[in-house]
Amino acid sequence: MLEFTQQIVNGLSLGAIYALIALGYTMVYGIIKLINFAHGDIMMVGALVGYFSLTLLGTNIFVAMVAAMLTCALFGVLIEKIAYRPLRNATRIAALITAIGVSLFLEYFTIFLFGPAQKVFPQSAFPVKAYDLGGLSILNKDVFVFASAVILMIILQYIIKWTKTGKAMRAVSLDREAAVLMGISVDKTISITFAIGSALAAAAGVMLGVYYNTVNPLMGIIPGLKAFVAAVLGGIGIIPGAMVGGFVMGLLETMVSGYGNSLYRDAVAFGVLIFILLIKPSGIFGEDTGEKV
Amino acid sequence: MQKVNNKWIKLGVEILLLAALFTLVQYLITAGLLKQYYQISLASMCINVILAVSLSLINGFTGQLSLGHAGFMAVGAYIAAIMTNMLDLPFIIGILAACLGAGLAGFIIGVPTLRLKGDYLAIATLAFGEIIRVVLQNIDYVNGPAGIMGISKLSTWPWLYGGAIITIVVIVNLVNSSYGRAIISIREDEIASELMGINTTKYKVLAFVVGAAFAGLAGALYAHYFYIIKPETFNFLKSFDILVMVVLGGLGSTTGAIIAAVFVTALTAALQSFPAIRMVLYALILIIMMIYRPQGLMGNKELSMKTFGRIWGGRN
Amino acid sequence: MDEINLMEISKLDKSFGGLSAVRDFNFRIDENELVGLIGPNGAGKTTVFNLITGVYKPDNGCVVFKGENLVGLAPYTICAKGVARTFQNIRLFNDLSVLDNVKIATHKNVPYGLMSAIFRTPGFFRGEDEIETEALRYLEIFNLENKKDELVKNLPYGEQRRIEIVRALATRPLLLILDEPAAGMNPQETQALMELIRYIRHEFNLTILLIEHDMSLVMGVCERLYVLDYGQIIAEGTPAEIRSNKRVIEAYLGEDVE
Repeated sequence: MLEFTQQIVNGLSLGAIYALIALGYTMVYGIIKLINFAHGDIMMVGALVGYFSLTLLGTNIFVAMVAAMLTCALFGVLIEKIAYRPLRNATRIAALITAIGVSLFLEYFTIFLFGPAQKVFPQSAFPVKAYDLGGLSILNKDVFVFASAVILMIILQYIIKWTKTGKAMRAVSLDREAAVLMGISVDKTISITFAIGSALAAAAGVMLGVYYNTVNPLMGIIPGLKAFVAAVLGGIGIIPGAMVGGFVMGLLETMVSGYGNSLYRDAVAFGVLIFILLIKPSGIFGEDTGEKV
Repeated sequence: MQKVNNKWIKLGVEILLLAALFTLVQYLITAGLLKQYYQISLASMCINVILAVSLSLINGFTGQLSLGHAGFMAVGAYIAAIMTNMLDLPFIIGILAACLGAGLAGFIIGVPTLRLKGDYLAIATLAFGEIIRVVLQNIDYVNGPAGIMGISKLSTWPWLYGGAIITIVVIVNLVNSSYGRAIISIREDEIASELMGINTTKYKVLAFVVGAAFAGLAGALYAHYFYIIKPETFNFLKSFDILVMVVLGGLGSTTGAIIAAVFVTALTAALQSFPAIRMVLYALILIIMMIYRPQGLMGNKELSMKTFGRIWGGRN
Repeated sequence: MDEINLMEISKLDKSFGGLSAVRDFNFRIDENELVGLIGPNGAGKTTVFNLITGVYKPDNGCVVFKGENLVGLAPYTICAKGVARTFQNIRLFNDLSVLDNVKIATHKNVPYGLMSAIFRTPGFFRGEDEIETEALRYLEIFNLENKKDELVKNLPYGEQRRIEIVRALATRPLLLILDEPAAGMNPQETQALMELIRYIRHEFNLTILLIEHDMSLVMGVCERLYVLDYGQIIAEGTPAEIRSNKRVIEAYLGEDVE
């Protein structure tokens, strides 16, 4: 039982990271119906910015995280402007292929600039301590990851529920044309959505750096895919769904590594994805909609 | 009568040209005039043509975006390698088993996933492709992540060239028939197609299975040319490679897929020592193509001798 | 003449997310009849067509065609049994030629096998000739044979509407369902179309069910009419009966009469 609880504790921080990345997927999908394949790579850019902020500028972890979030927000907006906006009325397949292109570009341009090697996240930035809680071992980095993720999610909820920007985002995702008629600037709203989603991914990237101690140009692929699975699991386009999905994926993954074969860890994520897609493609919180004829 | 004559003349010329190309390369190889580098490039071209043409049947003609093609290639490569290397069976048996096995994998994966549409299908096929890879990594019989080594080099020029030609002929003949029209109508409007009496599920699965079987052929040829196969070789980046060729050539154009496969292979060979630049270029090709020419080089048109005739003859 | 029942629909219900689109829909059509289904916009006419052709599954009720219940069958099976339709918002295969559009609809009767196609046997060439001859025959009736090689998307609206009918006809239906075939046409075009509909009905021994929301159009051509309002049949009868039906005038023409 103690071990089981321990696994849950381990899974929660990983789940929080997945949830943060999944939020970006879901927000972008909600607003422009695009699976932003490059989202995981934006997270990687965030992790790298965090790494350089820590090592070159010698900042502390919080400044590094904010720097990463700001940089990636800008990146997200640029990517949308340059690559996705011209395709807004193109077919879904064209948009998806572009997103794959952007993803490959971020990965390999990073390799081109900094080389393919793994970089070790400086330990000094976050000295790891373990606390003993009635037999449970809790690491301060787990607490840090979990707490900052939860704070960010609360801020996001506030933005979406209570601010004008949030209302505009919800309006555009419900009915873009009606939103235009109501005087909402669709371009601006989509840009903001990309900025917020990318900033969340960047934060997740820095957290992943703290969590695994390393960063590398291809680190975004697998967590990105898992977060995507989380978004689909919760019902893509649905914000609370992404959060729940993220935690489920994190817990599931630690359970499989803890009790089963860790080599199958990644396959489990894909298995879950296929299972949902076949049973209920709209996800846990989604509603099924048929095609209009 | 005139029309019939033209058809046979055209076919004759085509066969002659193809045979000439075959003989030329075969002569250069046996005479030792072709450097290793070019031989490898030619082999890769044949394999990539098979992959691109078979994926173009699924992505281009049927309009079902599949991102798991490398998975079927892996199935074919492993089955063929097991047949020849471990069971000492003849190459042709290995190839046939590879096609059958990959086709079967295509059927098993296609039946449940092809109900999904657009990006959901893309993601599901990507996931299945990755599952194939992870499963291979965990099978001790094929040495897990280390893969199979020391596969005999049986993929000679006649096998490679023949494989590519057979793939092209089968897929072109399929596409230019009533069955092909049924398949294309799914891409155009699935609901209308279904209501015009076409069992869309059946034809989507058919295209998927045929595409997968030829990816298996490509895998078998690959394994017996490059000696080594590892699960990692067949990850989703390999699927993206094939996708780049199909997109560049034009979704729905076989000649486009062939030209793009040859071009991309040549580019890959030329940039061998700069893998990062190669991938950055691929990425830019994908993005720029989608923004400025989403229909690809050829659109859904085919390059034919008629096109050449037009260019040479200067007639419109 | 003894009338033979071709399709009988009884107690058909369909609702979308609690909103009832079609309620207690009862309907019959006999062989060789030309029946119109009319009603104001949003009355549920297209939903009825979607229920008959298997696009939607009804919540209740049955659609009996030649003694067989069609409910639960896939759209392509329903088409194979002899029910073909057109679409209100044209759904042609846009990037293909006119001829290919029609040929696709003949596929369910394809005269050669897959292997024959791959190996290009003599049977394949014979079969392709047959398909082409048949497709051209339909196009000639609709005066479209000189457009056969044009891409459908490049043709004007009126011609696209006619191709929709040709394509449906090429599935060799017993019952042809036309969803607002004259939408967007001018009076002359509409008149010509109505004559064409009469002609193909005779030529191919068809039963035709027609949707129109413009009542004057169907009055001339249909023998019997059903009037749908808020998902329910409110009247049934000959055009003359419908014209004098009080409920119809209230529900359907009310806005115009006032």
